[in-house]
Amino acid sequence: MADPPPSTPGSAAPAPPELPADLAEVIRDDAALKRFLHGLPGVDQVGLEQRSAELATRSIKKDSKLWAIDTAIGMVDLTTLEGADTGGKVRALAAKARSPDPDRPGTPRVAALCVYPDLAATAAEALAESGVGIASVATAFPSGRSSRRAKLAEVELAVDSGATEVDMVIDRGAFLSGHYGRVFDEIREVRAACGSTHLKVILETGELGTYDNVRRACWLALLAGADFVKTSTGKVSPAATLPVTQLMLQTVRDWRDRTGHLRGVKPAGGIRSTKDAIRHLVAVHEVAGPEWLRPALFRFGASGLLNDLLMQRRTHFDGHYSGSDHVAVDH
Amino acid sequence: MTDPAPDSAHIVPWQYSPAPVPRELANLRSHYRMFLGGEFVDGDGESLTSINPATEEVLAEVSGASASDVDRAVAAARAAFERSWGPMPGSERAKYLFRIARLIQERGRELAVLETLDNGKPIKESRDVDIPTAAAHFFHHAGWADKLDHAGHGANPRPLGVAGQIIPWNFPLLMLARKIAPALACGNTVVLKPAETTPLTALVFAEICEQAGLPAGVVNIVAGADDIGAEIVAHGGVDKIAFTGSTEVGKRIRRTLAGTGRKPTLELGGKGASIVFDDAPIDQAIEGIVGGVFVNQGQVSCAGSRLLVQESIAEELLDKLHSRVATLRLGDPLDANTDVGAINSATRLDRITELTDAGDSEGARRWTSPCPLPDRGFFFAPTVFSDVQQSMRIAREEIFGPVLSVLTFRTPDEAVAKANNTSYGLSAGIWTEKGSRILWAAQRIRAGAVWANTFNRFDPTAPFGGYRESGFGREGGRAGLEAYLDV
Repeated sequence: MADPPPSTPGSAAPAPPELPADLAEVIRDDAALKRFLHGLPGVDQVGLEQRSAELATRSIKKDSKLWAIDTAIGMVDLTTLEGADTGGKVRALAAKARSPDPDRPGTPRVAALCVYPDLAATAAEALAESGVGIASVATAFPSGRSSRRAKLAEVELAVDSGATEVDMVIDRGAFLSGHYGRVFDEIREVRAACGSTHLKVILETGELGTYDNVRRACWLALLAGADFVKTSTGKVSPAATLPVTQLMLQTVRDWRDRTGHLRGVKPAGGIRSTKDAIRHLVAVHEVAGPEWLRPALFRFGASGLLNDLLMQRRTHFDGHYSGSDHVAVDH
Repeated sequence: MTDPAPDSAHIVPWQYSPAPVPRELANLRSHYRMFLGGEFVDGDGESLTSINPATEEVLAEVSGASASDVDRAVAAARAAFERSWGPMPGSERAKYLFRIARLIQERGRELAVLETLDNGKPIKESRDVDIPTAAAHFFHHAGWADKLDHAGHGANPRPLGVAGQIIPWNFPLLMLARKIAPALACGNTVVLKPAETTPLTALVFAEICEQAGLPAGVVNIVAGADDIGAEIVAHGGVDKIAFTGSTEVGKRIRRTLAGTGRKPTLELGGKGASIVFDDAPIDQAIEGIVGGVFVNQGQVSCAGSRLLVQESIAEELLDKLHSRVATLRLGDPLDANTDVGAINSATRLDRITELTDAGDSEGARRWTSPCPLPDRGFFFAPTVFSDVQQSMRIAREEIFGPVLSVLTFRTPDEAVAKANNTSYGLSAGIWTEKGSRILWAAQRIRAGAVWANTFNRFDPTAPFGGYRESGFGREGGRAGLEAYLDV
């Protein structure tokens, strides 16, 4: 294997001052980092999935359902990540993001519009003064397979184009081969390149193979300065599942307990229905806590979910189902 | 980059709207009768009043049995055993059992709601666990009815005859299924007495027997209090006694049966230990602990009511446990979102209160869930005692309520010694990521069921029963058939 020698984590950027002493110690070198990640409590698959199944049985209806729908709409990162994306499509989605249901002005706007970096400027222009964030994937999305230089150049492009949020992918190859330091360094460098721009770190949990790995990757991302941990690119199956979201919520809760800092979770890919979104919100509510029920700390990465939320919202007020042609189709 | 501040203005509590399951599904009637010799009859004994423990409202009057009714029931069971059920080929008996299993499924919603009204348990437990598992017991044993020659109990095992069965109030229909299904599969006939406070689903089960066309007298159900249970136990016409309930009553039954040649199966109390080692999958251990002791309001004989946690992780685990237990929703058992329902009776509630008060006076540290309690009904908030020592009553006596006693240990040997330091031996749980430690501990713990990285998982194929004062005999699986066969 022609892997480069493991680098020393933290060499590219200084450790953020806010890390408590015990955690600052675990990023001292590769060995310490590995020891820490492998010393995290294990995840029992059966138990984790059983809890998710139980969370999914909560009966949410009437006012609590409307509250959930509005909350979920406000958490959507409306996403288009296709090779066929054009300025036209981005502008269409931007209009939808500003005003998801013009017939009902009370409908909340979404949290952000998520696009490729070369379209970030278009999105920024279309969303000026709207309050909707501009999220851009970067770092050789979705595979993450390119040079560090190319990845950082993408981050720079996104930030310079006006992205307020950067969604980076981790190097799964480095992670799976145990080169945690390399993954850590890369996140650190992207973090530095982002400046004050919000950083979401995509773990691509479907490729990590085990829940233990998901937990380790979450901690690694948080130690390196992620603002959000995000499940998936949406290009790999399985993408976001309720057990993985639950596990990430446990991790940010534990991170809060260790550091006092609040970090967010973003399931992305595969969440298409209101019912599924509500199940995720129940997990947020009962696993991390009510504090996390806001766009600053929880997002849905989705393209089709918003329309189902809007239809269900209309159904709530109209008392009947109105059909898909009553909400805007943007693809 | 700024931290999203914990801005209280942004935190809107999410209230789940009530999600009550319609009470009408229970088809509740004001009066229920006993089932004797294939007919619904009024007994000569005192009537029972069944109340809803969540509201203290009267649900129904139930006709109660007298000693002469027990005689009639035993005679009917004897006649059925000799004339119809005993001689019937196993493959024919199987058809009836399959039919009963399917009818339980078909009437599952009705049974679940009725069970919740009568017992106080959350509908999500009666609907998702009790009733499906009851049906599963009949399906499982239907399969055995024509294969008894191959069950490992000899070439041609014979039924015992008439089985007297006495069941408790914590899982009324499920306990009934666990008793009746193997008895019938093996060719016995039964006289069953449900608990005084929860007789309703057993009497609806009698309707199911009728629907299934079960020959008259194969299943007889008599309602009554402890005295009627004692009549059944002492009755000379009964060949077998199966009892689930308190250790105290179990001892009395054992004394009555001594020297009579009648076989007992006793499923008694417990004080199960959950051992959490420092390498445990901690979040799942928390779930298992919560499921182990707060399910059915802790009114489970195999509940993991003693938590033994390794001292090195005790503080962290306790913090997490408190946070998790605080999220349990207590209230109307018919609400689909309720996690913790009502205690079965005022008597039971008093007993829980008395034992937890003892915990306070013995110096344990009490933590109570901040969940609001309803104004009416018998409710007890989930409670965790830490700083518990082996010598305290709350570490030794069965509380049978939503109360967890937390003890610590330093080494695996100490964990096993403390887990075994009880007069009971029904269940235990081991939480560790290390497979060899699971096997090591499981071999040393004296309990009928030892779960690894899970708790309270039941299946009709798995034998269930206790060591020591938790009783003897097994129910379920191949081992459970032995209790109803002359082997």
